[in-house]
Amino acid sequence: MTLSMNTPDFLIERNRERCINCQVCVRQCANEAHGWDAEEEKIFSQDALCVNCHRCVTMCPTHSLSIRKFPLEFRENANWTASTMKAIYKQAETGGILLTGMGTDRPYPVYWDQLLLNASQVTNPSIDPLREPMELKTFLGRKPEQLRVINGKLAEALPPQLELDLPIMFSAMSFGSISLNVAKSLAQAAETLGTFYNTGEGGLHEDLYKYGKNTIVQVASGRFGVHSEYLNAGAAIEIKIGQGAKPGIGGHLPGEKVGVEVSRTRMIPEQSDAISPAPHHDIYSIEDLTQLIFSLKEATNYEKPVIVKIAAVHNVSAIASGIARAGADIIAIDGFRGGTGAAPLRTRDSVGIPIELALAAVDSRLREEGIRNQVSLVVGGSIRNSTDIIKAIALGADAVYVASSALLALGCHMCQKCYTGKCNWGIATQRPELVKRLNPEIGAERATNLLKAWEHEVKEILGGMGINAIESLCGNRLMLRGIGLSDRELNILGVLAAGE
Amino acid sequence: MIVLNAKGLYYRELNSKIREEIATGSQDIVVKNVNGQRYIGDGITGKARLTLKGTPGNDMAAFMNGLELFVEGNTQDSIGNTMNNGKIVVHGSSGDTVGYAMRGGEIYIRGNGGYRVGIHMKEYQETIPAIVLGGKAGDFLGEYMAGGVIVVLGLDLEESEEIVGSYCGTGMHGGVMYIRGEVDGYKLGKEVKVVALTEKDHEQINRYVKDYVGYFGGSYEDILAKPFSKLIPYNKRPYGNLYCGW
Repeated sequence: MTLSMNTPDFLIERNRERCINCQVCVRQCANEAHGWDAEEEKIFSQDALCVNCHRCVTMCPTHSLSIRKFPLEFRENANWTASTMKAIYKQAETGGILLTGMGTDRPYPVYWDQLLLNASQVTNPSIDPLREPMELKTFLGRKPEQLRVINGKLAEALPPQLELDLPIMFSAMSFGSISLNVAKSLAQAAETLGTFYNTGEGGLHEDLYKYGKNTIVQVASGRFGVHSEYLNAGAAIEIKIGQGAKPGIGGHLPGEKVGVEVSRTRMIPEQSDAISPAPHHDIYSIEDLTQLIFSLKEATNYEKPVIVKIAAVHNVSAIASGIARAGADIIAIDGFRGGTGAAPLRTRDSVGIPIELALAAVDSRLREEGIRNQVSLVVGGSIRNSTDIIKAIALGADAVYVASSALLALGCHMCQKCYTGKCNWGIATQRPELVKRLNPEIGAERATNLLKAWEHEVKEILGGMGINAIESLCGNRLMLRGIGLSDRELNILGVLAAGE
Repeated sequence: MIVLNAKGLYYRELNSKIREEIATGSQDIVVKNVNGQRYIGDGITGKARLTLKGTPGNDMAAFMNGLELFVEGNTQDSIGNTMNNGKIVVHGSSGDTVGYAMRGGEIYIRGNGGYRVGIHMKEYQETIPAIVLGGKAGDFLGEYMAGGVIVVLGLDLEESEEIVGSYCGTGMHGGVMYIRGEVDGYKLGKEVKVVALTEKDHEQINRYVKDYVGYFGGSYEDILAKPFSKLIPYNKRPYGNLYCGW
């Protein structure tokens, strides 16, 4: 065996004066970073196994643990940074593709943080949402060119719409990548909030059918768990073409995460990899996409809107135009900072474009072509707070998708090890002893709290702008100003510079 | 028996008529003059038998759940797409991606299948879908196959024709393929291997061949006289060693 050059990423520090040897940390760590030495009668820790998820730190009754970055410095080098070098050591040792989880952690510009919002002063009054009604209700779906009203009634039925009480939905995460308790938490929260969660491509567990009216069912290239009952169980169907964290590639749910329940829901053998090919093998063109959209509409009697989800890539506006013309009711665009349960590191960190630019480009293009009414736009890919949402809607989105934020609400600490199946917070795991750490009732409450808090903040800021309905903000880019952006970026975003 | 005439009907109209018939309890429906209409049988749950005279369009029997479709003609692409249960019997040949992600039921095709037949078929416990081709299959047969059975008989092939194309079983991680005769090694995906047949395999093959002969005629004994090759994946996790954790 050759010498491993991998050094620990983190240093576990234990205050021995505080530690009472209760072994909670030993029991809590699925990575086995803590152990009990029966002979010495004391706890030992292995830094190399620590992923810095803070489970032990949070659970330690005497606060005796802290985790730090491992204080090992290479000779300073601006080109060959520590992470660049460590990646080479790992690949030289294994010959493997570097695999990671969650969204990119590279310091790319976050355009949300370079957009500023407007507020009313003197000439138009601001509105106090605590005293006046503020409408966040949002309808997603194809809007007709015109409405004909006969005797006070619509002459033709509207195309199917999703009705949201607030413009925030939980985006796709499959049962398999996440635990059933996460799915239950988000489904319950979606029901309480009057919005939707998304099954991802892992099928629908039998316990979740009761949340059907708040469910978006996904159809992806692996077609896991897709059958007519599933298609009809939800309020809408999403065709997943791409994901922001890994545009252009498929996914492999590792066999470690395919236990009895996942196996039954996905209809594949236990412990086998669940492989989602990169493309849908019945879609090689916009015409083929039309075929699948209408195949799904036929299967559900034209009663459900069909969403097509793509990753934000270079030609996203032309692609979106094609999707609108293909017959989709809603386009979901996932920016390159979006999360994932597993993605190759190099793809996650280098493929795709930021959601802010993609959204602005798509909205502008659809308007120019006069087809913006044919689709609703939903964007995701790292929506971190309520102002990200307001800015997204002002740039042209009808609603947003959140997933990483929702997982953080449930206890995720962004350790990026979702692909190992050893999530100590019971989120990205299928191991029963870990899954049970997340109580779905508490999870639902925390996710609901987060979105309720954001709802209040959105109303507050909307009121400050003198706007009392979220629809009036959609595509209202005059409410935005850019700061520290180039002319070119301002042009793509379609916003003026601060001060203009 | 109910007879519908598909002549000049757009698919949406035709399919809605078929749905109405099934909803009213018709068990035996014949559709004449089928000419490229898509999505026949799409997403329908039931036990009815449909006889389609002509050439149905793409995505026939997609998401279908229990119907029996007998096609007197050829079929186009993606028949039995993500089909859950039921039966398709085609008295001709079929286009590409037959039985994509098929979850249950059986597809019998008298002639050939195109590219990517049986891609990503699945199975769970006793629910095992099957595709039986009388002729040959194109490239990527059983690609990403996660379960199910594919039988290719290679009957009546010209000298220049080969029973399967290239990349047979690429990415396969479950299920089994029975190919009548030998398959050149270079045609196999690197995730698949040829193994000896067991008694149980012979029983399975006999059953599918018997049904094939029942639908389309031919000699059961002659077909079985030539030995079959059995293809299975090396393991359930073809890409398990592809990665290293960051």
